[in-house]
Amino acid sequence: MKLLITKGAAGLAARVLAALALLGAAGTALAVQSRYNLAPPVTQIAREIHALHWMMLIICTLIFVAVFGVMFYSIWKHRKSTGAKPADFHESTKVEIAWTVVPFIIVIVMALPATKTLVAQKDTTNADITIKATGYQWKWGYDYLKGEGEGISFLSALSTPRDQIDGSNDAARTANMTYLMEVDNELVVPVDKKIRIITTANDVIHAWGVPALGVKQDAIPGFVRDTWFRADKVGVYRGHCYELCGRDHAFMPIVVRVLSQADYSKWAAAKQKEMVALKDDPNKVWSEAELLARGGPVYAANCQACHQANGQGVKGAFPGLDGSKVVASKADQIAILLNGKNAMPAWRQLSDVELAAVATYTKNSWGNKFGAVLPADIAAARR
Amino acid sequence: MSAVPHGTPGTAVGHDDHAHDHPHGWRRWLYATNHKDIGTMYLWFSFAMFLTGGVLALMLRAELFQPGLQLYRPEFFNQLTTMHGVIMVFGAIMPAFVGFANWMIPLQVGAPDMAFARMNNFSFWLLPPAALLLVASFFVPGGATAAGWTLYAPLSVQMGPGMDMAIFALHILGASSIMGSINIITTILNMRAPGMTLMKMPMFCWTWLITAYLLIAVMPVLAGAITMTLTDRHFGTNFFNAAGGGDPVMYQHIFWFFGHPEVYIMILPAFGIISQIVPVFSRKPLFGYASMVYATASIAILSFIVWAHHMFTTGMPVTGQLFFMYATMLIAVPTGVKIFNWLATMWRGAMTFETPMLFSIGFIFVFTMGGFTGLILAMAPIDIQLHDTYYVVAHFHYVLVAGSLFALFAGVYFWLPKWTGHMYDETLGKWHFWLSMIFFNLTFFVMHFLGLAGMPRRYADYPMQFADFNMVATVGAFGFGLTQLLFLYIVIKCINGGQKASDNPWEARDGGLEWTVPSPAPFHTFDTPPVVK
Repeated sequence: MKLLITKGAAGLAARVLAALALLGAAGTALAVQSRYNLAPPVTQIAREIHALHWMMLIICTLIFVAVFGVMFYSIWKHRKSTGAKPADFHESTKVEIAWTVVPFIIVIVMALPATKTLVAQKDTTNADITIKATGYQWKWGYDYLKGEGEGISFLSALSTPRDQIDGSNDAARTANMTYLMEVDNELVVPVDKKIRIITTANDVIHAWGVPALGVKQDAIPGFVRDTWFRADKVGVYRGHCYELCGRDHAFMPIVVRVLSQADYSKWAAAKQKEMVALKDDPNKVWSEAELLARGGPVYAANCQACHQANGQGVKGAFPGLDGSKVVASKADQIAILLNGKNAMPAWRQLSDVELAAVATYTKNSWGNKFGAVLPADIAAARR
Repeated sequence: MSAVPHGTPGTAVGHDDHAHDHPHGWRRWLYATNHKDIGTMYLWFSFAMFLTGGVLALMLRAELFQPGLQLYRPEFFNQLTTMHGVIMVFGAIMPAFVGFANWMIPLQVGAPDMAFARMNNFSFWLLPPAALLLVASFFVPGGATAAGWTLYAPLSVQMGPGMDMAIFALHILGASSIMGSINIITTILNMRAPGMTLMKMPMFCWTWLITAYLLIAVMPVLAGAITMTLTDRHFGTNFFNAAGGGDPVMYQHIFWFFGHPEVYIMILPAFGIISQIVPVFSRKPLFGYASMVYATASIAILSFIVWAHHMFTTGMPVTGQLFFMYATMLIAVPTGVKIFNWLATMWRGAMTFETPMLFSIGFIFVFTMGGFTGLILAMAPIDIQLHDTYYVVAHFHYVLVAGSLFALFAGVYFWLPKWTGHMYDETLGKWHFWLSMIFFNLTFFVMHFLGLAGMPRRYADYPMQFADFNMVATVGAFGFGLTQLLFLYIVIKCINGGQKASDNPWEARDGGLEWTVPSPAPFHTFDTPPVVK
């Protein structure tokens, strides 16, 4: 049996080298969409991870087949029912050394290419564009910090309609190929540029991960981490939040749209113009009717999931807003919007106008008639 | 004797236990100090917890049968995944192994009972109140904790009173484990029969000796982590709150310093059981006994220096990632040694394939698959893609279900004749094995593909491309769950009757001292220690 192992080890080493060579040559041929493997890679790191995984899978399968070949042979040959007589041997130091040393060597062989890729994954220096991704409960915020597009800033939330999720529109859900993988504002980056993603969070730990790009990084409140990618193909790549973060953990996807350099420049210029236009005039005097109209969509995008469209909440879980004492009080409602409470997150990241609008909306919808809240009220409370 | 039902383990008719005047009725169980009775109670408790945790799993798999939220709000789904994990780890697997320890260690070392019989009673009776706290936490405002069985901060700070109940329950469970471990270590070190040196001791005792040290080392660490969570929640501390100067990642370090040895706590006794069974059914001594002891000890020691392989994406420096990657990959070496030794035990033996042997071979086969996916996950670059995906879920269910649980089943079938005095129904046992193997693989093999394709863990709903394999996994899960009811039937049927078992029904040669006492084992055994040559 010892001879078998030695021969197997040498044969294994040869096969490993052959497999790696084959994979190196195959390269992008691996990008065949399969339900059984990692996402087709569009970065060099993702390609290296594919290759590493193939190497591991092949080595482990070969060892598995060898070991269990031996075991099933033994089960067939050394059965009492066919008259086998048990031998008496029960130890061999030589054999123990052999099957300690050989796996040890195999493990070292595996670790070498992994080390190379890991060191490359960590090198976030000299990025062309730096973008901060902030995890919120339950959406992402993107801030373009450095490089072309600097200053662009927006929130990115799930755009799949609620009725597809809760079962009132199964037909639409079945037809929706990007169900739970679509957002209102996609993260847009240029192709062939090194993009550094800085991750942080507003509340609990989230994680920013996009399989096709080969990246995943925890987003930790109060701390900054980073990762990077260089996409070598134009396209749309979808990812998810990968750290349990509360009730809508499954409902805050990531969509990265990689454009050609020319298209990206066009997008960046247009987005910057749009942001200026969307910015609320700080001198504007808001009427209650305007705030009410503005507040409806804010409520639908942020509050409705828990407090429901009819303001009734969910018994035992989320308080109703219709007739609520907190909603009736100006100070209490502003405090809970800014600071959160238990399962309700803080909403500081919304603007003064948005918070004033949604407060006015809840104060004057359903059976409520509790007056308006002005952006100045929110601004005063923030201090 | 009429108060005690016929066939109850440990009550062989004709034994002179009347002279000891041990209690009957409910007092026998509430005041139990007998290691066999306490072992029985641990095993029944753990099986009840196993069924409870299983129901939670079927509930969550029902939601995952199709995309969309058909059954529950997502926060309740998170409660199900969390409590399934907590109950299975702390309520089912760990107490089951302690039950085996209680029943078998005194018998195997030739001792009359455990070293601290009354503390043993307390260790067990802490468990039902803790279990009650866990189950009851579903019914308080806000429901059970929904932070995952790992209870990461700061999400844990947002949970309602169900979280505090879980923390309290975990403290109680931890205390029980620590006391049990003290008992096991003292019994093994001090009460072995004359002539039984440590290197003559059965492997099951060795694995439990090492496991008990692991438990004493790390249960207090978990207690620390959850106490800091408690004070962050209620007493104004900021251990894990960055805004107050703390660090959420520190929770992960502390938790996983417990958590990684914990998973070895759940598998080393399984290795011990397999090491008892394979030699008996191969009719050949265990190959490489000394190596098996050293390999077990190596695994235990290495388990203390690999914890951050659960944290590869937290942003630690690359040197840290490399260290933990190398250390984790190293554990494959002693684990492989054990697999090879079992194979060498079988080689040129004369094997028969009764149910204990089927589960043992099944264990070796399927646990090894889990070991390989663990090695793949140990490669940090690959882990970046697979962390927090269903690939991890597949990996740990392979090692915990096809590993720990199958070993527990193997041990039950192996020792049921000793406990009850009857042989179990062999045909039904084989059905239980094959159905479990098939449905287990149906449920969890496809999860490897889901993880590779990028499906995250702890998701109540998922995109369309993950639908097919989720449907398969749910069907498999229900099949697996129903099959365990067959196991319950087999055990009850065996307790109530069946072919009478001899002292040594498996004809073990040098199989251990338990095969030298009658079946069922009398209430008191080895009042006089045997002499071991």
